Amino acid sequence: MNKLTNAVWNCFGKASIHIAKRDDIAWWKSWIIRVISVVMALIVCGFLTVALTDLNPIDVYVTMIKGAVGTPRLVWNLLQNTAILLCVSLAVTPAFKMRFWNIGAEGQVLIGGLATATCMIFLGEVVPGPVLIPMMFVISVIAGAFWAFIPAFFKARFNSNETLFTLMMNYIAIQIVAYFTLEWSVPKGSGTPRTLEFGQLPMLFGQKYLINIIVVILITVLMYIYLKYTKQGYEISVVGESENTARYIGINVKKVILRTMAISGAVCGIAGFLLVAGTDHSLKSDTAGGRGFTAIMVSWLAKFHPGFMVLTSLLIVFLEKGASKISEVYRLNSSFSDIITGIIIFFIIGSEFFINYKIKSNRKSKEEN
Amino acid sequence: MLATIIQRAVMQGTPLLFGSTGEILTEKSGHLNLGIPGIMYVGAISGVAGAFLYEQSTAMLNPFLAVFIPLICCLIGSMFMGLIYCFLTVTLRANQNVTGLALTTFGIGIGNFFGGSLIKLVDTDVPSISLSTTSVIFKTQIPFANKMGWFGDVFFSYGFLVYVAIIVALISSYVLNKTRVGLHLRSVGESPETADAAGINVTKYKYVSTCIGSAIAGLGGLYYVMDYANGVWSNNGFGDRGWLSIALVIFSVWRPSLSILGSILFGFLYVIPTYIPNITVSTKILFEMLPYVVTILVLVITSIRDKKENQPPASLGLAYFREER
Repeated sequence: MNKLTNAVWNCFGKASIHIAKRDDIAWWKSWIIRVISVVMALIVCGFLTVALTDLNPIDVYVTMIKGAVGTPRLVWNLLQNTAILLCVSLAVTPAFKMRFWNIGAEGQVLIGGLATATCMIFLGEVVPGPVLIPMMFVISVIAGAFWAFIPAFFKARFNSNETLFTLMMNYIAIQIVAYFTLEWSVPKGSGTPRTLEFGQLPMLFGQKYLINIIVVILITVLMYIYLKYTKQGYEISVVGESENTARYIGINVKKVILRTMAISGAVCGIAGFLLVAGTDHSLKSDTAGGRGFTAIMVSWLAKFHPGFMVLTSLLIVFLEKGASKISEVYRLNSSFSDIITGIIIFFIIGSEFFINYKIKSNRKSKEEN
Repeated sequence: MLATIIQRAVMQGTPLLFGSTGEILTEKSGHLNLGIPGIMYVGAISGVAGAFLYEQSTAMLNPFLAVFIPLICCLIGSMFMGLIYCFLTVTLRANQNVTGLALTTFGIGIGNFFGGSLIKLVDTDVPSISLSTTSVIFKTQIPFANKMGWFGDVFFSYGFLVYVAIIVALISSYVLNKTRVGLHLRSVGESPETADAAGINVTKYKYVSTCIGSAIAGLGGLYYVMDYANGVWSNNGFGDRGWLSIALVIFSVWRPSLSILGSILFGFLYVIPTYIPNITVSTKILFEMLPYVVTILVLVITSIRDKKENQPPASLGLAYFREER
């Protein structure tokens, strides 16, 4: 019996096939693998939809596309959601490149949003708009950076586990924001979040969300330059590759950790600022709406490359919007979109294996010898 | 009064205890499974689906089957989730954080989707699934419990799953610390290279511990629906208990036996605001922050004291590839 189970387990590891790391893969090959994985995921989702609803999957996908980009309003909505998700994804990227698992973006966004809302409520009537908005921006950036700095400090000083620390910080932020939402709600204690009238971001060319999108495009470009062409960006890569190497060539690892996390939190703070001042004009504990977690997948799927991140965040938002349209039209539960998103991410995650490793048959290589 | 508080704290703590015991087993193999919240939802909804279909199929419930069917469904459902996680992170060596978070999205989606859809299978006007008959069986107490005053309330007034949670935690603690299997498992989590060199089947240990861990965590979801929520499924009703279980893992410094006490303390923090007179809703919200604050304090203190036995498993979160040096 024991022999049998061992044989079964060995099938995974070494029996007839052999797994080796690829040195390099042509970029087009890796993209073909990714596209195949998305197509396979869509086929599986199609089967699932048919099994659950008896609908024609092609109809379902047409509905999905219509639901995501059917009207100009929907397109703007899609772009604005993509922009925010992209902003949070960009925020977590420098930390991830450093192999610092910042999964606290949700909390950092919320604290940034809280700072913005505080300014809008208490300074709104006193300070004129052109001064107020830059002030809100700066304060949110500081607030977000501060929230990210706390776990970074303990990581740098005492080597506390950053994944768990940042995860816990999320829920503290959520409760703090829930507390203030309730305190500020109108009428007080009702739970209906107050509409923040002063300090809303202006419309550009009659488009409410255009300014959000422009800000995020700017951040994307800056982040690309920062990571690719600056000394600090290089230091991040070195620390991420090997902390020992970094120390050996004289990089102050602690300083890099603190600085990078502050930047990460600062960009999250901007996302919070855009959400509260530009999109929602109110603050709730679900203002970040799970984007802090989705952003981790977006950033990772794009291999921490800001350019690809535009695509991956667009893909995720497109799926979410489309799937929620499906659930609306066919009167399914709205959680259907989460299932679809989950399956597609599983497939893309799985496809990375075939990009990074190649599978060889052992028998074949023996014949070659 | 005190007896009631303890009783409610234990009931609040039990889902967390299941979740954290499962997560500890998984983390001991070096895998940080952030999919636990999703797995607990799937465990709950699988159990609910099993119980629902069984209740629909017969008029007279057989008490044994009414417990057995949801239990098996729950274990299968949550193990399947664990298997997805293992396949992606162990065999395909995917990033654990990303896989775990995707699993959580997926699992919560499944829970809420089927929780909202099952009800459409029958023609009723009831807004949500209510499995009161099954729930009563799950909540069966020891017959003499209410004859023993406060002592009975504190120790014997719970459904059987509470005792299962404590026994599972004790067994896990024993297996981890006193047996050869536990020693191997810990070595896999600390240093897979060394374990591999010593002839331990690393893949097998990772798979088995993650799947068993997921199954245990899933029971937490089942307990919540069947016992705590009286068999009523409400979407998102489970809340952030999954994340609290992960917090509890840190709080109990990766020891299932400590997490029994930790779960009761977390439950206590959860219910205590209701017993403070004249408390406002907003202060209550601040109280809900406490378990996380306490967890961070524990995390900080253990890392400052830097004692070897209180640290996370050394290879936690890292994929193992034998040919990589």
